Amino acid sequence: MNDSALEIAADVRAGRRSARDVLEEHLAQIAAREADVHAFNLATADDARKRAEEIDAAVARGDDPGPLAGVPVALKDNLCTRGIPTTCSSRILEGWRPPYDATVVQRVRAAGAITVGKTNLDEFAMGSSTENSAFGPTRNPRDLSRVPGGSSGGSAAAVAAGFASIALGSDTGGSVRQPASLCGVVGVKPTYGAVSRYGLIAFASSLDQVGPFAGSVADAALLLEVIGGHDPCDSTSIAEPAPPLLADLERGVDGLRIGIVEELTDTEGIQPDVKAAVEAAASALADAGAKTERVSVASTMYGLSAYYLIAPAEASSNLARYDGVRYGLRVDGADVAEMNARTRDAGFGREVKRRIMLGTYALSAGYYDAYYGQAQRVRTLIIRDFERAYEQFDVLLSPTSPTVAFELGAKTADPLTMYLNDICTIPSNLAGHAAMSVPFGEALPAGAPSGTPALPIGVQVLAPARGEQVMFRVARAIEMASPGGSRT
Amino acid sequence: MTDHSLTRAEVEHVARLARLALTDDELDALTPELGAILEHAAQVSALDTAGVEPTAHPLPLVNVFRPDVTRPSLDRDEVLACAPAAEDGRFRVPRILGEAP
Repeated sequence: MNDSALEIAADVRAGRRSARDVLEEHLAQIAAREADVHAFNLATADDARKRAEEIDAAVARGDDPGPLAGVPVALKDNLCTRGIPTTCSSRILEGWRPPYDATVVQRVRAAGAITVGKTNLDEFAMGSSTENSAFGPTRNPRDLSRVPGGSSGGSAAAVAAGFASIALGSDTGGSVRQPASLCGVVGVKPTYGAVSRYGLIAFASSLDQVGPFAGSVADAALLLEVIGGHDPCDSTSIAEPAPPLLADLERGVDGLRIGIVEELTDTEGIQPDVKAAVEAAASALADAGAKTERVSVASTMYGLSAYYLIAPAEASSNLARYDGVRYGLRVDGADVAEMNARTRDAGFGREVKRRIMLGTYALSAGYYDAYYGQAQRVRTLIIRDFERAYEQFDVLLSPTSPTVAFELGAKTADPLTMYLNDICTIPSNLAGHAAMSVPFGEALPAGAPSGTPALPIGVQVLAPARGEQVMFRVARAIEMASPGGSRT
Repeated sequence: MTDHSLTRAEVEHVARLARLALTDDELDALTPELGAILEHAAQVSALDTAGVEPTAHPLPLVNVFRPDVTRPSLDRDEVLACAPAAEDGRFRVPRILGEAP
């Protein structure tokens, strides 16, 4: 279904295929299925065709367009694109056209990629199902009655449906990994600071990272190599070049020590088939020479609670900038304060308001230490527990999502039920570590009506900060052992 | 166990702090929702964190410097074109409360 980005780039660079032909194949998929899936807030087919012609002209001249030559890429609509509407799926940014490109957008374009559109998300990346979008939900290409996960559900669906070969998303508490898991693609949250956040519209600045979606582990590695590395425009980006990932990908896992995190795997709420998939992946890694065993990382149990104080607190501060003065929407009022408050009430959706309120409360006088302060100390405990685990293990495993994809509307009535989707992914954001989701087998959803197709399961590989090289080797080994067969 | 429920008056106060002109329906819905989320979030208070330093940020960064040289910045007119209202090279806003006419 989905061409590998590595193959496309190799073919286009060698002149064996034109970027135009590759693009048209993907645009045909969009034409056939986008009305059902709704992966995009905006498809930019005309721009993409012009860009494809430029790539083909460059190849004809004997120039090398770069490692992503002619590869169609979809961009989450919270990444700034110069002159192209960037909405965060919010009414409050309606009509806004950024005056600059995000660093990651510059880098994929400079590497020869062709951007095909801006993908739907939960408003301001707050959600786990892409249902909190002002422009309507995205549907899971594997089963249109189900969610694609979120918040980067549009990017995950775009890759799963073959609308783009690869895509970019952002991951604050699992927003790349969880939709990757639900849509059956690979999704990566790099180490905090490994990828520039310049031009990524901020949700929770100490947690946000841009990450790749791809149809294979190798394509995800290729994309991360392109977008990673220091950026002087982001003072929190690590001042080192991106580590090479493809070179070591096939080195195998012989001798590696791999721990299965008890608190994230053996806990209540994990679908039995999902737990079984993690165990099957671990036993495949053991067959390939790794040493695997259970490990306790006890304070990760408190990750969700800490996250729902820290992330809203940071969001309440970051989203203060939407005040009707500088961007997008304005609703008039008698004075500035009234204009601000009316604009924000009209422009933000329910979940965004809920989190702004939660964060404002958690930071307010009298509650700061009990809520935000305590959550920050728990964050330290989580980091310490991970450090102890990584003294014994090279990487850790867990489920990515507690269940396979759920039905639209199933969790929208109760915010806490929705938040529980991210229980396995949040700890890596709090610690600033790397983690990724790899498809491994399929399962029927619990209580599924007859005729429901089996849906993808994702296994999460967790690694310490800057542990991407080993993380990708393990992910590749899981991919090769996956019941769906290996992608080469 | 502390009580994490909020009164409607507290929610209204927080909405003012957050500059959100919430409707009555929104206030009615948010009051129990925020209480329920806070009760779950307050599980963090079960952990003994005596003597534990808070983590505000995952990277141990202090004072990131760059050379003090001028660089081109965003074009003023282009930035103002993104705003709901602009005039004479500036953002235009309604009257500031208490301002002399």
